Amino acid sequence: MKVSLFVTCLSDAIYPRVSEAMVRLLARYGVEVSFPKVQTCCGQPAFNSGYWDDARTTAKTIIEAFDDCDFVIAPSGSCTYMIHHYPKLFEDDKVLHEKAIKLQNKSYEFTQFLIHVLGVSDVGATFPHKVTYHPSCHGSRLLGIQDEPHALMSKVKGLEFVPLPFAEDCCGFGGTFAIKMSEISGAMVSEKVDHVKETEAEVLVGLDMACLMNIAGNLRYRNEPVRVMHLAELLYEGVKQA
Amino acid sequence: MSGASGHSKGSSVKDRADLALNNEFLRKAVKYTTEKLKGGKLKAMEEHGNWEEWRERGKQIRLHTIAHLDYYLNLFVDNARANGVHVHFANTAEEAVHISLSIAERKNAKSVVKSKSMVTEELHLNHALESIGVEPVETDLGEYIIQLAGETPSHIIIPAIHKNRYQIADLLSADAGETLEPDTKVLAGYVRKKLREKFLEADIGMTGCNFAIAETGSMVLFENEGNARMVTTVPETQITLMGMERIIPSWADLEVMATLLPRSATGQKLTVYMSGITGPRRSEDADGPEEMHIIIVDNGRSLQLGDPEFQELLNCIRCGACLNACPVYRHIGGHAYGGTYSGPIGAVLTPSLQKNIAEWDDIANASSLCGACYEACPVKIPLHEMLVYLRRRKVEAGHGNKLESAGMIGFSKIMSNSARFKAILKLGKMGQKLVARNGEIRLKVGPLKGWNSHRVTPSLPKKSFRDQWGTMEAEIRNGLQEMAPDMKNRMEQIVKNREKGGGNGHGHS
Repeated sequence: MKVSLFVTCLSDAIYPRVSEAMVRLLARYGVEVSFPKVQTCCGQPAFNSGYWDDARTTAKTIIEAFDDCDFVIAPSGSCTYMIHHYPKLFEDDKVLHEKAIKLQNKSYEFTQFLIHVLGVSDVGATFPHKVTYHPSCHGSRLLGIQDEPHALMSKVKGLEFVPLPFAEDCCGFGGTFAIKMSEISGAMVSEKVDHVKETEAEVLVGLDMACLMNIAGNLRYRNEPVRVMHLAELLYEGVKQA
Repeated sequence: MSGASGHSKGSSVKDRADLALNNEFLRKAVKYTTEKLKGGKLKAMEEHGNWEEWRERGKQIRLHTIAHLDYYLNLFVDNARANGVHVHFANTAEEAVHISLSIAERKNAKSVVKSKSMVTEELHLNHALESIGVEPVETDLGEYIIQLAGETPSHIIIPAIHKNRYQIADLLSADAGETLEPDTKVLAGYVRKKLREKFLEADIGMTGCNFAIAETGSMVLFENEGNARMVTTVPETQITLMGMERIIPSWADLEVMATLLPRSATGQKLTVYMSGITGPRRSEDADGPEEMHIIIVDNGRSLQLGDPEFQELLNCIRCGACLNACPVYRHIGGHAYGGTYSGPIGAVLTPSLQKNIAEWDDIANASSLCGACYEACPVKIPLHEMLVYLRRRKVEAGHGNKLESAGMIGFSKIMSNSARFKAILKLGKMGQKLVARNGEIRLKVGPLKGWNSHRVTPSLPKKSFRDQWGTMEAEIRNGLQEMAPDMKNRMEQIVKNREKGGGNGHGHS
């Protein structure tokens, strides 16, 4: 059984601690994770902006990187969902199209893998803090992650969960949207942070570092002391504490 | 740019959005009402109990109708003509306007009372009527307010959503020539009284059409104020304008639409008035128009027919749920979209109705692609995907942004080769030495200006994941646990099922 890590460019470059937590947590269950070094980015920035030729060039490196494994795991619902676009991207290329479908079927976001593949919801963690959760749009609406993070959090000892008001609203990241439509994006993230503040949570967790970078960026800008973590980090930290 | 946007040509969505973002009245009013409508819809869905099944049924009805649109249009037209309706076809906005004005001229009309109709907004029919000396009077309360203000609707079903009741009281007071209290009852009472006279004077009643029933040639109107009923019963002549895609096959299908539309639009279980009109007044009828016209408008709609990426756009039932669900719409309102239709549906529809890609504006960029529109849509139109297709078509037609286009070539160069990606990270770490403090970059210049005006950017850590992997991997391998047999079995089973083409064990997906 070969399990490969799709690190995602953001976690690779800016948040290595997230993928590290994920890999170390999985090792506790005997999951040996490989890291194909030829991987780069899922191609979403180019795809969403309409530059599909450029997206294809990048997507090809991902398809090749994970061609020989049985499971692909990623710390992001959005990048995992991008793989679901690959079959359409390569609809004119029979070989790559077939490989793209295979890749889609074996790709899992982190919580999906824990719950649905390993069958684990209690990782044995302790995390005595007030926590709120932002469900990222692509992960929840498009990839269908709904109960998985809640199932995991509910088993963490000491964790006090506070629901985020208007949790389903987009944080305003949207990739290049945050640059191109920076004022709209800024209004959206400010509203999101207002809601995070309302919860009086010490920690905000999520499953996508892009959204969390956006929200954390606004929290820091406003000098709000809320700690922002990927759920994998929270669970791994909680396991070490237990 | 299409549509009477009320905005100067050449300004972009971004510019108009910046204006809206600085308008506190607008943002408060839009936020308040969209939240109320969105909440109402969620409650109505829950109470309904089988929402997802009905939503799928609605989608199938629309898919089927649009796939056989020629057949159902012919059936509708034959039946409507047999009922004594004059049916006209208009390929373009100009043709639709010309047909409408010809009828008005033939009837020597002085005034036209109108019930709410987005298609007449699309055609700028009010301006056209005024240009030949006919007074158009909007009789939907929200539309009446917008007409007084000299604006266009900023929402498909709540045209004056961007105004609060004090602003509305000012407009109506000026109209009345006396000060009216900013009280909803007082204001609505004034308009009702005023419109009563207008209904009685009018030569023509003009309506849109929510659904056209092919099996009987009938047209159906949904409304809450009773004004459409006045419009279709008092004046001698009725003109109905409808987009060519408004058709549904049967009255049985209307039941599904009548379940989906009001709940999606406002959270109402039923619209207050639902009128089905089958032809002009018959001798035994107590009221109704002597002469009835239906103008079926194409105006770019047939561009979507046979286009696999956009045909579903014709499934839209104009409920406005996507606007209420959209976090972008909530902050910028409808006028920022610059066309007749706003929100996610407008961002897709406005460019799609135009052949000329060069005139598409940057409207498709006004979305974070969060998918809330798709989730809210009662007929499941994948608007978030269509927005990406529009962006792609613009790029492929050579109308992409030059700077962005160069950036994307660079992006794919770097990201198609991990060695280049690694080299760029190294460069980045060197470059950020000048600007990063305590793991943060706060500089507001260049590409970081917009981002850092609302946020702080994290700097690159000393080592990327790939830099750390060698040591990490060795360490993990040393302490690796034995996998539990049930876990191992489950994983093997999933792989086996996958080979058989069965479920992939993804849970919801």
